[in-house]
Amino acid sequence: MSRDIDQTFTALPLRALADAALARARALGAEHADFRFERVRNASVRLRDARLTGSHDATETGYAVRVVHDGAWGFAAGVDMSMDAAARVAGQAVAMAKLSAKVIRAAGGTDRVELADEPVHGERTWISAYEVNPFDVPEEDRVGRLAEWSSQLLAADGVDHVDATLMAVQENKFYADTAGTVTTQQRVRLHPELTAVAVADSGAFDSMRTLAPPAGRGWEYLDGTGWDWDAELAEIPELLAEKLAAPSVTPGRYDLVVDPSNLWLTIHESIGHATELDRALGYEAAYAGTSFATFDKLGELAYGSKLMNVTGDRTAEHGLATIGYDDEGVAAQSWDLVREGTLVGFQLDRRMARLTGLGRSNGCAFAESAGHVPVQRMANVSLKPATGGPSTEELISGVEHGLYVVGDRSWSIDMQRYNFQFTAQRFYRIEGGRLAGQVRDAAYQATTTDFWGSMEGVGGEGTYVLGGTFRCGKAQPGQAASVSHGCPSALFRGVNILNTTQEAGR
Amino acid sequence: MTRTARTTAPHELVERALELSRADGCVVIADESSSANLRWAGNTLTTNGVTRGRTVTVIATVDGVQGTASGVVARSGSDATDLEPLVRAAEEAARRAGPAEDARELVSGGPPSDDFTAPPAETSSAVFETFAPALGESFAQAGAEGRELYGFAHHEVVSSYLGTSTGLRLRHDQPTGTVELNAKSPDHTRSAWAGHATRDFSDVDPAALDAELARRLAWANRRVELPAGRYETLLPPTAVADLMIYQMWSASARDAAEGRTVFSAPGGGTRIGEKVARLPLTLRGAPTADGLGCAPFVLAHSSGDDLSVFDNGLPLEDTEWMSEGTLARLVGSRHSAELTGLPAAPMVDNLILDGGGEQSLEEMVAGTERGLLLTCLWYIREVDPATLLLTGLTRDGVYLVEGGEVVGAVNNFRFNESPVDLLARAEEAGRTERCLPREWSDYFTRAAMPALRVPDFNMSSVSPGV
Repeated sequence: MSRDIDQTFTALPLRALADAALARARALGAEHADFRFERVRNASVRLRDARLTGSHDATETGYAVRVVHDGAWGFAAGVDMSMDAAARVAGQAVAMAKLSAKVIRAAGGTDRVELADEPVHGERTWISAYEVNPFDVPEEDRVGRLAEWSSQLLAADGVDHVDATLMAVQENKFYADTAGTVTTQQRVRLHPELTAVAVADSGAFDSMRTLAPPAGRGWEYLDGTGWDWDAELAEIPELLAEKLAAPSVTPGRYDLVVDPSNLWLTIHESIGHATELDRALGYEAAYAGTSFATFDKLGELAYGSKLMNVTGDRTAEHGLATIGYDDEGVAAQSWDLVREGTLVGFQLDRRMARLTGLGRSNGCAFAESAGHVPVQRMANVSLKPATGGPSTEELISGVEHGLYVVGDRSWSIDMQRYNFQFTAQRFYRIEGGRLAGQVRDAAYQATTTDFWGSMEGVGGEGTYVLGGTFRCGKAQPGQAASVSHGCPSALFRGVNILNTTQEAGR
Repeated sequence: MTRTARTTAPHELVERALELSRADGCVVIADESSSANLRWAGNTLTTNGVTRGRTVTVIATVDGVQGTASGVVARSGSDATDLEPLVRAAEEAARRAGPAEDARELVSGGPPSDDFTAPPAETSSAVFETFAPALGESFAQAGAEGRELYGFAHHEVVSSYLGTSTGLRLRHDQPTGTVELNAKSPDHTRSAWAGHATRDFSDVDPAALDAELARRLAWANRRVELPAGRYETLLPPTAVADLMIYQMWSASARDAAEGRTVFSAPGGGTRIGEKVARLPLTLRGAPTADGLGCAPFVLAHSSGDDLSVFDNGLPLEDTEWMSEGTLARLVGSRHSAELTGLPAAPMVDNLILDGGGEQSLEEMVAGTERGLLLTCLWYIREVDPATLLLTGLTRDGVYLVEGGEVVGAVNNFRFNESPVDLLARAEEAGRTERCLPREWSDYFTRAAMPALRVPDFNMSSVSPGV
């Protein structure tokens, strides 16, 4: 296991830059200052029909200083690697804080930025759980693996085209603050994805995509650790052919058994974003939106049925939002967001934790890169499986007339996280407790609390899968973040199913 | 450890990287960026920032027995001026990648840009010199009148320097500015939005935007609940822009020729030449369009389905994607042109829809017996590529028009509609106006669109969200 922090990162003058920046901030009277140096390497390859269509390998390196000065935030970022430059950036951050304080006071504002207490952690190192750094694998091997899998799919009957992509990220982060926490961290993540496309003589076409989630793993993921690629690739051509020939769904109310490969995204949109406290407080009101789960409803809002238990965490092994310490030096934690159907928690940063009197931050402050200011970002938000609960087949057996929903595809939800609509890679009819073939053109549409309120069955640990995304967007200027969502299969009663062909007026 | 991050001129970086190249071909792009932003919520500034950045992208091409390979490596920030490892990394990537299917001769010919050796253009917080105080006054005004203002102002300038081993030396300066203003009633049950795209903020008037929002919040004093259904709907330019942008992103020549998009013809080929719009609407990209100017040559930082690094520097001309209602061009690189037999037509970074209409949106409202007037669309996602069915929400104001006047505000809806079908059904297009596409403004800001009247827009369900 290559579990050492990349030496080309630790060889950088991280400590010296931090000392220079923090000393200057302190000298200028900052109440709090933190220094963050980040190097993020992002590589992607894309193949069409087993041939390389494009590749890109980008590394962004820089640092930032953030201060609280006279009760106001100041932030500045820099790239020049000299002590003088780092100190200058600290000075710029203090100047920004002074400017900000002036504007806020002129507008009659009296709020002062104060941060929730966090233990001083001293010097810490943290590395994510992977075996083989994907960047240690030669590019020809990375492209070669995708080409081999693409060729395998293309060789199957009924597959006309294959798209394949692989994204790989290595993130190195050094953090030091005036309280004395100093962390050096390294995360690696991967997202391989293949899509087979079939075009019928009639002109009809459809696709079937791998369900393998993006993961906080290394190259071993493509060798079969954590996912059975051979099994998934082997079944895709047949699943695609069946989908293309499937009857169009009859719209109406159905009981749904939702597979984790689909449910993770519904959790992301309808619980993950809705329990971000900055949304509830209005900071995202003009852009990402607010939340129906407002702060005054904490401890009272009936989010869903009694079976619904949702946690936020930064600790799940291989989770994309998993880390040792956040961008405010807060140690990773796990906490409840929804307990037995009731809203009991939010995702916090240190300022909001203090502002709302919720105690310690749960460590959700992150920036996309050194050039971005940390904002509250989503933890791994996950639905707990039922201890000793049913298998997916057992959940299906409890449905007389319904649909089994597998794999995410289309998604959309409103700015307060009420009304959502999702499609899937595949919908299967359930008749008399058994699967009865795929149907096409289905979408499920619901209101968040109705949907979670209709959850009548939760699968056991054996159905639990960690899904996720590389591309959760938020804030202005926009920042991307990666996040995972674990969930079991679950049963929902009486959900509205649309026929998307009819929706298109055909 | 010191570096010369701020002392080396970008054109010198390009020249030095090209000199270092040992590959058969080399393309270097140096992007110098600067930006300033202000964000506000509840009538007070929340965050702000000023950034400067540099990214150097090196594309190495290596000829081999089986074809030409390419390697693309980019470095931003501290490492961007450490050129030798960057050039070697690109060459190594090219040698290891295997043949690139889009490999072509690199573009050559043409004189260098006059300003290739000049310093980059840049912005700073000074761009907000008159805007920021005016915004502060709007906060005070809004607060006094019971409105909360939320929003974001952003200005960015990117100077891109492109050099190739075939002798191209091109430069493009791209200013991009946006301002979004959102007003809410203190109880957050009413919300209105206005957006504006600008090149330099000299044409942005916060007071005028706020006054328009005050008028719209007043419209919402009367609340009308309407069920899902098909409604006569006036789509304002921003909503039309968001739909047309998504349509352009789905207008790949290669995908269409492969039978995989709404623009594929059943039985093979594409729908080019087919009448797709009921009105004689022309949809075009025009790099030199007044106020919407964008790069007049290809700047490709990586290859994709219809974009090729080998096309870097290829001149971009005015391109009609749809001519008087007839599908005319699909997006493609030189490589996809060869695969499809269609002309190469790289994407242009602006979009103009024009049907010769002269009516303002207000005049279209006055000519409406009963219908819905939208503010903008949100969370637009593809549901079905075969029809290009999109779903999304109305946001920040759906107004009921009766007898030519706005008579109240309606609940929000989730819609399911295809832009291609909307073009086929739209029965009136207003005057083409510059607008800010709200949904896609992180990626695409240069648009001019007319409002469209759609007789039967599909509001699929009610959204309680505000």
